[in-house]
Amino acid sequence: MNAPLPTRRDESWRYADLKALETVWSKLAGPEKIDVPAGETVSRQIAELPVVDGVGVVDLDVTIGDNASFKIHLLAHNADYGRIQVKATLGNGSHFELGGAILGSGQQTLEIVTETIHAEPNATSNQVVRSVLADKATGSFLGKINVARHAQKTDAAQSVKAMLLDRGATANAKPELEIFADDVKCAHGATVGELDKQALFYMASRGLDPATAQKLMLQAFIADAFVSVGDDAEREAIEGKALEVLEGLS
Amino acid sequence: MLKIENLHATVGDTEILKGLSLELKAGEIHAIMGPNGAGKSTLAYALGGRPGYEVTEGSASLDGQDLLALDPHERAAAGIFLGFQYPVEIPGVSNLQFLRESLNAQRKARGEEALNGAEFIKLAKEKAALLKMDMDMLKRAVNVGFSGGEKKRNEMVQMGILDPKLAILDETDSGLDIDALRTVGAGINSIMRKPDKAVLLITHYQRLLELVEPDFVHVLADGRIVKTGGPELALQLENEGYEAIAEAA
Repeated sequence: MNAPLPTRRDESWRYADLKALETVWSKLAGPEKIDVPAGETVSRQIAELPVVDGVGVVDLDVTIGDNASFKIHLLAHNADYGRIQVKATLGNGSHFELGGAILGSGQQTLEIVTETIHAEPNATSNQVVRSVLADKATGSFLGKINVARHAQKTDAAQSVKAMLLDRGATANAKPELEIFADDVKCAHGATVGELDKQALFYMASRGLDPATAQKLMLQAFIADAFVSVGDDAEREAIEGKALEVLEGLS
Repeated sequence: MLKIENLHATVGDTEILKGLSLELKAGEIHAIMGPNGAGKSTLAYALGGRPGYEVTEGSASLDGQDLLALDPHERAAAGIFLGFQYPVEIPGVSNLQFLRESLNAQRKARGEEALNGAEFIKLAKEKAALLKMDMDMLKRAVNVGFSGGEKKRNEMVQMGILDPKLAILDETDSGLDIDALRTVGAGINSIMRKPDKAVLLITHYQRLLELVEPDFVHVLADGRIVKTGGPELALQLENEGYEAIAEAA
C-alpha cells in the first residue's frame, strides 16, 4: 500500500489499531483483485489471517460479473490487530455472500469492513457477522452498502450480532446505507448482548458444566455465519476451527 | 432421600422461604400446593441452585449429601431433576445434542461410561414414545417454537432420558390439555414411581393428583409448610380454597 497511513478521521478506520498498523503499513501489498466472470461462482474461505508482527490484514477488491456469485466465509481471530476488508462491486443479477465470525480475547482488535456496491440492477447481497469477545478484546463490523440510482430491485441484507463474555470487551457495529434507487430492499440488524443466564441455568440443571454449556451456546450463535457455506466438508472445517478458538476463549 | 430443615431463602432483599422443613423418603411422591406467592417456585429454584435464590439459613441434603454446597450441574449429577414451570428456549442447540451432552456429563461426573450415539438414540426414542412425542421434535432446537404443552412434554422426555433419583416438578401440569395431562401423568408414574426414586410435585390443581397419586400433600403458605395430609387434603383444598385451610392451620 502506497497510500498514506489512515487516521481516525477515515470513517472505515475509526476502530482500527493504528499503532499496530503503522508497524506493518509499508510492507502491506495493495488490495488483491478478484474478478468473477459473468455467470460463474467463486468461493473463498479464510480461517487464518496472514500475520506479520502480530498484524494481519486481508484486503480484497472483488468485481462480480453479471449473474455471477462470490461467496466468502471468514474467521478473524489470530492477530493482535486483524482486519478483513472486502470491497464488492456487483453486476446485474449477481450475488455477494459474506459470513464471518470475529473471535477475540485479551487485548485483540479485530474487524471486518465491507463496502458493497450495488452498481447494477437485480443484484442481491447477504452479510452475516457474529462476534464473540472476551477480556478486553474489541470486535468491529463496518458495513457500507451503496445502491446506485439505476440499481433497481436490489436486495441487500446485513445481520450483525455480538456476544460479550466479559465487562471489558467491546463490540462495534456500524451499518451505513447510501441508497439512490427507489425500488430496493435493504434489511439490516445489529445486536450486542451477553449469554442468556436463564439458558445457562437451564443447561446446568440438566447436568452441563458451565464451560460446556457456554461452548454449546456460542457454537450455535456463530453457526449463523456459516449456514451459507455450500459444501458440508468446508462448513465443518471452518466451524471446527471456530470451535477450537471458542474453547480457548472461556 | 431429600431432607430439608428450616430452609430460609431470599430473592433480592425479600425473604420468601421462612423456615421450611420437609422430608421425602425413597418411593414417595409428595405434592406441594399453595396460593400464588407462597414460595413454591422459590423452593424448586433454591433446591436447584438457581443464581439469585440465596439460602440464608437451614439445610437441604440428598441421601446425606449437602445439596447447598453443590453447583447446579453437580446437583443434577447427584440425581436431581428440576422440571421448569417455564422451560427455556435455546436457539441453535438441538434437543438431542443437548440431552446427550447433558446425560454424558452426568455420567462422567458419576464415574460411568458415556453412552455412544446409537445407545443414546435408542434411549431417546424409547422415552419420546413413552411421552408420545415425535422424534422430529427432539431434532429441533431446545423448546424453540414449541407450544406451552409441548415444552412441558419435552421436560418429561428429558426427565425420562436423564433418569434422576429425585424429580422436582414445578407446575408441570400447567398449560397442558386433557390428553397431554394424561400422557404426562402416565409418564411421571412410569419413570418415577419406583422404590428408589422420589418426586416433589408442585401444582395448583387436583387434576394431576388424580393421575399421579401423592403419598403426602403439603400446603405451603407464606414460606412455610402449614399443613400436611394424605391425598384427601388436595380434595379439601379444591373444595374449600387455600385461605380457609391456611387460616385454620
